[in-house]
Amino acid sequence: MTAQTAWTVASVRDALTSRKISARELADEYFSRIEKRNPELNAYLSLSKERAYEQAAKVDALAAKGEALPRLAGVPLAIKDVLSTRGTRTTCGSKILENYVPPYDGTAIVRLDAAGAIFLGKTNCDEFAMGSSNENSAYGPVQNPAAPGRVPGGSSGGSAAAVAADLAVVSLGTDTGGSIRQPGACCGIPAMMPTYGRVSRYGLIAFASSLDRIGPFGHTVRDVAEVLGLMAGPDANDSTCAGVPVPDYAAGLDAPIAGLRIGVPEEYFAAGLDAEVRRKVESGIALLEKLGCKRVPIHLKHTEFAIATYYIIATAEASSNLARYDGVRYGLRSEAATLIEMYRKTRQRGFGAEVKRRIMLGTYALSSGYYDAYYLRAQKVRTLLARDFAEAFERVDAIITPTSPTPPFKLGERTADPLQMYLADIYTVTGSLAGLPGISVPCGTTSERLPVGMQILGPHFSEGRVLQIAHNFERAGGFEL
Amino acid sequence: MKISREEVLRVAELAHLELTEAEAETYRGQLDSILEYIETLNRLDVSQVEPMAQMAYAHAAPAATPLRDDVARPCDVGEAILAQAPKVENPYFRVPKVIER
Repeated sequence: MTAQTAWTVASVRDALTSRKISARELADEYFSRIEKRNPELNAYLSLSKERAYEQAAKVDALAAKGEALPRLAGVPLAIKDVLSTRGTRTTCGSKILENYVPPYDGTAIVRLDAAGAIFLGKTNCDEFAMGSSNENSAYGPVQNPAAPGRVPGGSSGGSAAAVAADLAVVSLGTDTGGSIRQPGACCGIPAMMPTYGRVSRYGLIAFASSLDRIGPFGHTVRDVAEVLGLMAGPDANDSTCAGVPVPDYAAGLDAPIAGLRIGVPEEYFAAGLDAEVRRKVESGIALLEKLGCKRVPIHLKHTEFAIATYYIIATAEASSNLARYDGVRYGLRSEAATLIEMYRKTRQRGFGAEVKRRIMLGTYALSSGYYDAYYLRAQKVRTLLARDFAEAFERVDAIITPTSPTPPFKLGERTADPLQMYLADIYTVTGSLAGLPGISVPCGTTSERLPVGMQILGPHFSEGRVLQIAHNFERAGGFEL
Repeated sequence: MKISREEVLRVAELAHLELTEAEAETYRGQLDSILEYIETLNRLDVSQVEPMAQMAYAHAAPAATPLRDDVARPCDVGEAILAQAPKVENPYFRVPKVIER
């Protein structure tokens, strides 16, 4: 679990400014921790030592000259292996990209590099970010440092585990249907998915383009806010990245939350929710009420249709996005006499079972004769789900739900039944489909000491308020409920 | 039964996947139960609902989808990109023969 003494963005900067430590020494410290613990956790797939020490040298040169340090100066960062990093292998957790080295950095990576971060390496994840337990990685599962023998959540399991085990101060994940928030909940740390269009997707290797987002994990809400603010904002390389100004999220955290109306949707506390998770989230809501928030019962009446909608839309987009892995331009190739045969053999050998399953489902949903019945219908239900939220946000400022219906399950427990695995995303896919920002914050542990996560959702581009609620919750002891 | 073995094989062909016998059977069963679950969407009347295809438009404000000027910029990454390809004949990707004659 996160130690009280863990480094934060602010404490790293203070220590560097006062010359108590150098960025190089801090990088040494983290690489030696990774060496010790990664064989057991499997959180990292590749390390980028050369780049990390180059970055550290730059920060140390600034500090030596007594110059002002950038906001993320010297902060050891882990990056999910679906984000393109120049010169560092990027596998997407797949055999098909086992030796792929991107020639460029994604926009979020460029911005965090400019902000002074130290890139430790690339973290394990479900293959092409498809999974809720990290068990779909071609490079083996990740252990949950907060709950041994349990899954770290997925698909950004490695990024969550790296921070939870303090093998990084902050990390980046991606969220398509819950892949940041759910591992954050499983590993007991704050984890945020921003609004769709808040952070550029340029350099994020696509799974489902209308859903994919990049977001941070940290030990504290303040660190999450710092990293998000530095990545956010318009980008000429992504036309879906919104031209909405980026406020200073960290500066707004301390404002009190008294008077805010928090919606509690009945549908998220119905059958299927683990009793202990319910109790913890209820205590979380009670704490927010103690801080002056007003609890408002609401309904999100199409919730029961969200998983079905999500698994049509996400797989349809994936089947199209993953058509590019054909052995021609990058990655694995299986030689064959004809082009089509080469495609088939390459994809058969390179993709794992879950990726193939989703490509099959998505191809089916888009195929002639089924498009209207599945894909078009799902897009229409997506409108209804988004409308539920729009109506709710006329009455409330934020919505509180459990992040996941159960505490982290045991490794291997759900791998045999794909549908069971999909249901782990029941409370997160809704915010994904509606494009909303959401954070998962820890709200204590079960009697077996398993982490429980509470989700805070807000209207589009309300990251500032969502983070402010999360920070007030943290400061009032909410993480240890 | 929502999906037959023949349909599974046809979808695999469309997706350029070469399934083994065992995989075809496993996927048939799994897709069948997933599709059955997805049938729950049929309980909704969506005849009067517009489809949501793109989040960016949902944000409504014109500022939300800015356009940049359409100008050429240098993009000197040809070599770096070819370096990642499994088979190259500079400056091309090399693939098996496509045209039979």
